[in-house]
Amino acid sequence: MGIRLIQRDGEAANLAIRGAHVIDPEAGIDETRDVVVREGRIGGSEEGLEEIDGSGLLVTPGFVDPHVHLRTPGREDTEDIVTGTQAAAAGGFVTILAMPNTTPSTDSPAVLGALIDKAEHDAQIPLGFLPAITVGQDGQELTEQGELTALGAAGFSDDGWPVANAAVMRRALQYQKMTGLPLVLHEEDPDLSGTGCVHEGAVATRLGLPGIPSISESVAVARDALLAEYEGGRIHICHVSACETVAEVRRAKERGIAISAEVTPHHLLLTDAELEGLDPARHKMNPPLRSETDRQALVAALIDGTVDCIATDHAPHAVNEKEEPFETAPFGVTGLETAFAACYTGLVESGELTLDLLVRRLSTDPARIFELPVPTLSDGSAANLALIDTTSDWVVAASDFQSKSTNSAFTGETLRGRVRLTVAGGRLAWRA
Amino acid sequence: MNRHLISIAELDRPEVARILRESHRFSEVMDRDLKKVPTLRGRSIVNLFFEASTRTSTSFELAGKRLSADVVNVKASGSSAEKGESLKDTVLTLDTYAPDVLVIRHPAVGAARLATRYTDAVVINAGDGAHAHPTQALLDLYTVEREVGPIDGLHVAFVGDVSHSRVARSGALAFRMMGARVSLVGPATLIPRDAESALGVTVSHDIGDIAAADLIYVLRMQLERMGKGGHVPTLREYAAMFGVNHARIRAGQRVMHAGPMNRGVEISPALADDPITLVERQAGYGMVVRMAVLHDAVARSGSAAEALAEAV
Repeated sequence: MGIRLIQRDGEAANLAIRGAHVIDPEAGIDETRDVVVREGRIGGSEEGLEEIDGSGLLVTPGFVDPHVHLRTPGREDTEDIVTGTQAAAAGGFVTILAMPNTTPSTDSPAVLGALIDKAEHDAQIPLGFLPAITVGQDGQELTEQGELTALGAAGFSDDGWPVANAAVMRRALQYQKMTGLPLVLHEEDPDLSGTGCVHEGAVATRLGLPGIPSISESVAVARDALLAEYEGGRIHICHVSACETVAEVRRAKERGIAISAEVTPHHLLLTDAELEGLDPARHKMNPPLRSETDRQALVAALIDGTVDCIATDHAPHAVNEKEEPFETAPFGVTGLETAFAACYTGLVESGELTLDLLVRRLSTDPARIFELPVPTLSDGSAANLALIDTTSDWVVAASDFQSKSTNSAFTGETLRGRVRLTVAGGRLAWRA
Repeated sequence: MNRHLISIAELDRPEVARILRESHRFSEVMDRDLKKVPTLRGRSIVNLFFEASTRTSTSFELAGKRLSADVVNVKASGSSAEKGESLKDTVLTLDTYAPDVLVIRHPAVGAARLATRYTDAVVINAGDGAHAHPTQALLDLYTVEREVGPIDGLHVAFVGDVSHSRVARSGALAFRMMGARVSLVGPATLIPRDAESALGVTVSHDIGDIAAADLIYVLRMQLERMGKGGHVPTLREYAAMFGVNHARIRAGQRVMHAGPMNRGVEISPALADDPITLVERQAGYGMVVRMAVLHDAVARSGSAAEALAEAV
């Protein structure tokens, strides 16, 4: 039956956006024009539609995030399907995939089935699931991936942890021949990472914080690329953070291995120089913020396509969990509601990245990799779009978030590119 | 100057020099018969220790008492932390008693910085993980000034387990700030990455290179932080390769150690007991330096003009 994307029932959107700058790399649109949404589809009669003044605003195809933590089941105090998908809509996302590191982990048909049922009522935008590769995400036994595929899984991931055992990884790649779904890999050698909590380098040395070396990531990617090559498998690398990893992904692609990769906005924009403030709510995540050399390599890799897409790794945490000393606070930052604005402000306005490419990397490319519907503004398509204000400044504040959690790397930053309206799956999902 | 003292990097050279001068004034008090001054009468100091300590906790406590402050010591064992209270809540609770100064020691990097968010007191970092121990660095500077001479132009070699050492991190910054040259000598497995650029030091893995130093600062092997599959094959080999002993030093060199010492590991028992080793002087001077630091902290707390009017 293929990948299932679930969205709750709702009224089809009907609206006409007048005179916006419309950009859709997929459809070859880059001009000022109107966008009509009738009965949830692009185009059609404008008669009787609510008119929205789009002058000075940007309309893009909606974004696709293959890497979100919805904390459901188990930690609904930090996020649930309603708030997580609402946060996604507020960030211009029209499809997201949820990671399985829940409590219990999403590692069985029973848990996935219950989540799908819940999403039918709760998901504000189309939501898919990436169940675990191994039972309990403990890296030992494969999950029932045949049945999970039949239920509509979008792929498999042990995100949060690597599949440390190479033989287990190999079995998962063999099993993939029957599911056809991507293995979505958090790449890290747990022994090399040890108790590390920040990028191993001069800043960590100055702060006395144990380091996570770049090679912890690149060694794991090299191993899994070789395993994928041997088994003819297909892998997707989560949140690439190090220039050494970029080199490994590039090498694997040159060898013809079926490998894709994502990068987060925070790794594209921030470095370990931020750590001097010792604020875990903003700057402690895994993989960690790395050096400026790494950041530049990531931007270059995103431009040349070595890294295929942007994903947020939206990782909500309770306020109190992050009110801990840096060294002992948990990893993770939210990202859905700031992804576009942060990348637009930090990469497009600075001239590092074109707007066209940013939209591709947030929308078309992740959709393609995961074989999800590609959002487009061409006539007759299901309406999946974002209306974005790229002219006024927005000082990111904790009170702005639709997410239940506020541990954003961009709190207090002045950004441009706040999303004003999102139509997802043909339904109005967000309006500021 | 910052209100709080979290890291040596927050001080500049004139501020350090001033603290060292104040330390000297307090050391003269300690030569008196009555070793108590009214400087901080009516002020309160909370010493919040989440990690074992003899020297630092005792000297902070005595320093406060000799300044006539009301001093309360809170240890993790026996406190609400044992019941799972967060550091935030512990600090908020203590803050309701309106202390002027909060001295904090904690095993996790960032604990002292976190505490500054939840108290109006001036926070003094008495050690947070492997990050910083600024009063140790100040007392080390003071010890060298008193026992050796001017710091400017000296060469200080920190020897051993740099990775886990807040003493080395704060010390390297402090000695460099005061014009000394700093090198790190130790096993490659215990020198953190990019130490040269991070700390402005030179690095060597050959114990013979301590010959070039005026001061040899021996670091404790922090076995409790190394875990299994340790950073050196055996302590026997470590002692053989990097243990500092009489055979490895030359005339005129002085030896320092922040304590507690692992005799026979990083330092030979004979050298530990030799008067060229300053370890006991460091411990002793720790109190007067902490008197100066507490005095300074209250001066910065903004409510202490009248207290300062009372000269030492």
